[in-house]
Amino acid sequence: MAPKNWEYSWGPNCHDLENTGDLSTILRKSCPSNSDRHHRSLRLSAPGFWVLHFAKRNHFPFRPVPLLPSSAAAAVATAAGTHRPAPAQLTSKWRSDRGKGKKEGRIGERDVVPVRVLPPVAGLPETGGILVKGIYELWGEGDSYEELEDVIKNYPDERKLPYLTSESTFRITVDSFGKVISFQEQNERIQSLTYIPFKGRVNLRNPEHKFWLMETDDYGANNGLPPVVKKRIFFGREVGSADRKLLPTYQLKSRTYLGPTAMDAEMAFLMANQAMVKPGKLVYDPFVGTGSILIAAAHFGAMTMGADIDIRVVRDGRGPDCNVWSNFKQYGLPMPIGLLRADNNLPPWRPGLKEVFDAIICDPPYGVRAGGRKSGGRKLLKGVVGPYTVPDDKRTDHIPSTAAYSLVECVHDLLDIAAKMLILNGRLVFFYPVLREDESAENHFPEHPCFILVSASEQILSSRYSRVLLTMVKRGPYTKEIEEAARLKHLEFKENHLKWMEDGNLHSAVFSPGESVCVVEGDTKVSKETKPKYRGKYV
Amino acid sequence: MRLLTHNMLSSNIKGVINGFPLGIVVEKVIEKPVEMNPDFLKNMFAKIEWKALVDASRSMGYTELPEQADSSMLDSVDFLQRFHHALLELHLEEGALVCPETGRKFPVNKGIPNMLLHEDEV
Repeated sequence: MAPKNWEYSWGPNCHDLENTGDLSTILRKSCPSNSDRHHRSLRLSAPGFWVLHFAKRNHFPFRPVPLLPSSAAAAVATAAGTHRPAPAQLTSKWRSDRGKGKKEGRIGERDVVPVRVLPPVAGLPETGGILVKGIYELWGEGDSYEELEDVIKNYPDERKLPYLTSESTFRITVDSFGKVISFQEQNERIQSLTYIPFKGRVNLRNPEHKFWLMETDDYGANNGLPPVVKKRIFFGREVGSADRKLLPTYQLKSRTYLGPTAMDAEMAFLMANQAMVKPGKLVYDPFVGTGSILIAAAHFGAMTMGADIDIRVVRDGRGPDCNVWSNFKQYGLPMPIGLLRADNNLPPWRPGLKEVFDAIICDPPYGVRAGGRKSGGRKLLKGVVGPYTVPDDKRTDHIPSTAAYSLVECVHDLLDIAAKMLILNGRLVFFYPVLREDESAENHFPEHPCFILVSASEQILSSRYSRVLLTMVKRGPYTKEIEEAARLKHLEFKENHLKWMEDGNLHSAVFSPGESVCVVEGDTKVSKETKPKYRGKYV
Repeated sequence: MRLLTHNMLSSNIKGVINGFPLGIVVEKVIEKPVEMNPDFLKNMFAKIEWKALVDASRSMGYTELPEQADSSMLDSVDFLQRFHHALLELHLEEGALVCPETGRKFPVNKGIPNMLLHEDEV
């Protein structure tokens, strides 16, 4: 069941890496063959293992994937995936835990994942992989301090001694997962490392070399998270650490202007990572709201544009110093180059405009947390025939009514706009809701002939539903045929909108669109192929 | 609203065939300096409808853009600066965008164009 999703995450990812640069190729070649993983002892003593320390336990499924965007980071993720398939396996295991009450554990070990990579990736965390707290050259690991000692002693001197010279300064930090180690215990553990010939001076504040002793322990179930099965100790030298400081800076609680569905700062950065946002790129959010996603994109140097159907949000905010603009000002970021009020269902882009955005990042309103709205659709009074008209004298200040926007239509519009407006190889990153109760049904994510899905990362929101962060790359041109098929689909949605909305409540329209939606047989082959498939049903 | 945005928008009222370019009714124009990014400009140049940009910048009171432009001019710093100024530094703060076919005005307040259609225009 579940692994189906994760094949998406891992299979196509590797494919995606084909184009991400030389480094990943080098690294992939340097990865040991699969058979290597059976020779654990060999692995442990071989030089060149590195430890990735992931930052947060509650983002398990996101971890390997957000590493992908930069080529260096991508290479690490591949290395982790091919050398030690643990991340993928563990993710599957972890997924099978949920909902069924199974406790398979092991996952906690993923806080520290040894991977074999080459030194050039030392700068990795600075490239934007914010989920990686640090990268360490692994000098040894073991189930006990005795085993650790043996392994470290066997680690080649030529890799150790340059960092232990008498002129150098160093620091050893003890870090533990799942339990608190007292200051005294920390000291004892550091003292026990005397078999490593440290010759340099200790400097706690600004050392040249930082060493880390990391310990995971069997502490049973922990705050509802899967338990770590057994104790494991790692010792390594820090080669890079992440700028996690940007998260407190951007955290929502200190942001002036917030909406009810503002994107969590860390998630917004992950989304921008996924979209490969870089300086000078143009990033668009069609559901901009208070701008929380574009703030992350602007932090990474992108030019930003946003639209929203609610003019109060984009134009007025809560006053002159509490609006979307002031949010950018608060962080000293460049303002969006354009904000407008527009309807994603009827976007006001000029005909012929295409391939302008490098990335589209959004959290569409699916009617789960905030209901989506689109133009028009005021229900005619009974007996009234003919279209709704606005009296001429009321036009100027008229506030147009909006209609509910169903998930299928919303996704259709988003994919169509993205297919048209993204440059080739541009990225579409968005959240897609899934019901968790529906374990038997395989989740089918929206598809489009212009896009390939490169990753799907689930974030559980409640016992009932979760949302999946989908990352798609535009690989095909937006052809006339695709455009025509999308236009027909748009008309079909429009014609049947009222009927579908009346047929059932919004929730069922969101979560089981297959029932009430009929298919207009496409007369061309393309329109047949473009028929979006949601949760296994044609709509 | 910057003229880059203006250059991307059209009137999408039902039945309108030529909704581009939108006319500009100016009530208030402001200038906001933006750091120039030549790569971004070169990239955008290919996507821009030049005549629409020239006309729009004139209606905003900026007349320094040449009538015709081609990509060879992007090597000129002087040209880039003018292009940059017209595209990204001129803001229509208050005013309206006018549908060239129907005359319908889309209001622009606090720099945000309101492109939402009325019920009978959808």
